[in-house]
Amino acid sequence: MSSVTLLVIGLTAFLLGYLVYSRYLARRIYRLDPDFVTPAHQFQDGVDFVPTNRHVLFGHHFTSVAGAAPIVGPAIAVIWGWLPAVLWVVLGTIFGGAVHDFGTLWISTRHKATSIGTLARTIVGERARILFLLIIFFLLLLVNAVFAVVIANLFIANPGSVMPIWGNLAVAVVVGLLIYRTRLGIFWPSIGALLTLYVMIWLGQYVPLSLPDLFGFAPSAAQLQAAGGDVAAAQAAAHTDGVRAGWVVILFGYAFVASILPVWLMLQPRDYVNGHQLFVALGIIFLGVLVTRPPVIAPAINTQLPPDAPSWFPLLFITIACGAISGFHGLVASGTSSKQLNKETDARYIGYGGAIGEGTLALTSIIATTAGFAVFAGVDGWHAHYGTWARASAGATSAFVNGVGVLAEGIGIPHAVATVFAAVVVISFAATTMDTGVRLQRYIVTELGEHYDLPLIRNRWVATTLATVSCAVLALGIDRGAGGMRLWPLFGTTNQLTGALSLLVVTLFLLRLRRPIWLTAIPMAFLLVMTTWAMVLNLIRYYTDSQALLLGVGAAVFVLELWLVFEAIAAVRRAIAARRGPSAVPG
Amino acid sequence: MTRRRIGRRVREALRAARDIYEGVFIAPYRAELFREYLRRRDQFFLIAFADLLGAPHPIGFYTLELYPHLIEEFHQWHRRLGVEHAPEGGFRCC
Repeated sequence: MSSVTLLVIGLTAFLLGYLVYSRYLARRIYRLDPDFVTPAHQFQDGVDFVPTNRHVLFGHHFTSVAGAAPIVGPAIAVIWGWLPAVLWVVLGTIFGGAVHDFGTLWISTRHKATSIGTLARTIVGERARILFLLIIFFLLLLVNAVFAVVIANLFIANPGSVMPIWGNLAVAVVVGLLIYRTRLGIFWPSIGALLTLYVMIWLGQYVPLSLPDLFGFAPSAAQLQAAGGDVAAAQAAAHTDGVRAGWVVILFGYAFVASILPVWLMLQPRDYVNGHQLFVALGIIFLGVLVTRPPVIAPAINTQLPPDAPSWFPLLFITIACGAISGFHGLVASGTSSKQLNKETDARYIGYGGAIGEGTLALTSIIATTAGFAVFAGVDGWHAHYGTWARASAGATSAFVNGVGVLAEGIGIPHAVATVFAAVVVISFAATTMDTGVRLQRYIVTELGEHYDLPLIRNRWVATTLATVSCAVLALGIDRGAGGMRLWPLFGTTNQLTGALSLLVVTLFLLRLRRPIWLTAIPMAFLLVMTTWAMVLNLIRYYTDSQALLLGVGAAVFVLELWLVFEAIAAVRRAIAARRGPSAVPG
Repeated sequence: MTRRRIGRRVREALRAARDIYEGVFIAPYRAELFREYLRRRDQFFLIAFADLLGAPHPIGFYTLELYPHLIEEFHQWHRRLGVEHAPEGGFRCC
């Protein structure tokens, strides 16, 4: 099949979903009211509550929800073939993720723009609030650990990306000072920074930088066994472990500093540059697909699955979280976007449309890995790259990077430059998520310190140290970091659990309004069943592999999972009982 | 579709693209600057109107003549503080 055909089918499905399904939701389920006074008008303060043009808000919302996860998840999941991944991304976005994002934006708007955590307490109960905080804690722990490993792997596979990434941070500080300490404004410093970054990307191919082995690990028994007695190969694998561990430590050192510095100095200007990169990357991929029209030569359904690969059903649904349905979006929709919604009817375009945008990013990842990368490596090379589950997980981003390289080559960008460019894009997004995640984790630790009256933990430096060290231990605790990508399904699970909790809140509110609940209840039940099933399989696997750390974290996530299932059943039963009574909430 | 309608659609699409671009880059920058402006304004108001909040401050006597110029911002300030109506016993704006 041609990649153009696949892209057109996917985009057409998204368009139909937006034009038909979201309209139905807006009219019949959420019943958006153009005359409803939104919190942006009701509490207008010029800072957080600001009625905002819908396109402006869409741009802000989309860049807040888009990141590296919709690239990494699909790039792993294509191991089962492109068809299951495409179906889940397209159908999951249309009937799950977009309904979730739209619903959380709508329900937050109807409740004075309160966050989904507060809504969980108001609508489900006090226990749900604690459950929500715990899920977020694990979500951040896992996302920070897994993205550190993603970045470290990319630095090792693409040494040309090291100089542009660290150089970009220095440029970001200069840009931060220029835009906030002079009267230059934002546009020219950002464009200047973007051009500087592209010059560094071009130079990156000539200046590959590699980290020396800072740890000097001896080959592990597993590495010796995998090398089949080849001591040199086992030592090379141990050397890579040492380099990866070094990068992970440096990255958490960076995250520590980044989460302490004021956001305007480094993170915000870096995000301006990254925002441009997102659109440039999407443009290059789309243009590359249209110009080169590479065939999708990876199998539609992979019949040569490696023996260690789990079954696609139900693992697919937690491998691709962002890009199909992601609970993180609910945090953005209810945390910031709902405060700026000018008219309630704009929720459809911003909530549903933003999720469609993220689904499109996931679709490009599938095309880059199954068409672009498959053309680069050949069918046999593709099967070799996805030859084991561990290699597919660790090498997912490399497949994407090389795939984008092929697509970019088609529009005249040299392959070497294009691969550095793609690596820089993925690393930038992952780093943004990671340093923001560490900052948020610090806030949660501080809040816990305040809640339990522990002055030591309330200290900013102690809280940041706790946040970074816990994530670093998790990242390096599984086979010295080599197994860090095994955390990905756990990250996917916590993300889906957050989504299921948000859908539960929306469903209960619909129930109280005496409206049809099936369109939110079915995705919620689907998520709960699939994640529970997948987690049982994962826990059995961790146990048989004697992975104590994975088993411990997985068991904690599984307990949260069961808690949420019971909480959902109890809350729905309570709501149905209350519905039989005379009262109903006006909506 | 007539040429005029096509032209209008193209203009609308370009305007939407410009607005999306503003949402991605300009709006967060502007919000950050505005937030900083409000932080500094709040500090100024706290000094100028501390006595209205029950904290005796002699400067209130000297800043009295600023009231007519600041009345609108004063109203926004106490609303931002979560005080629905102007504090009792002082300058009344609402």
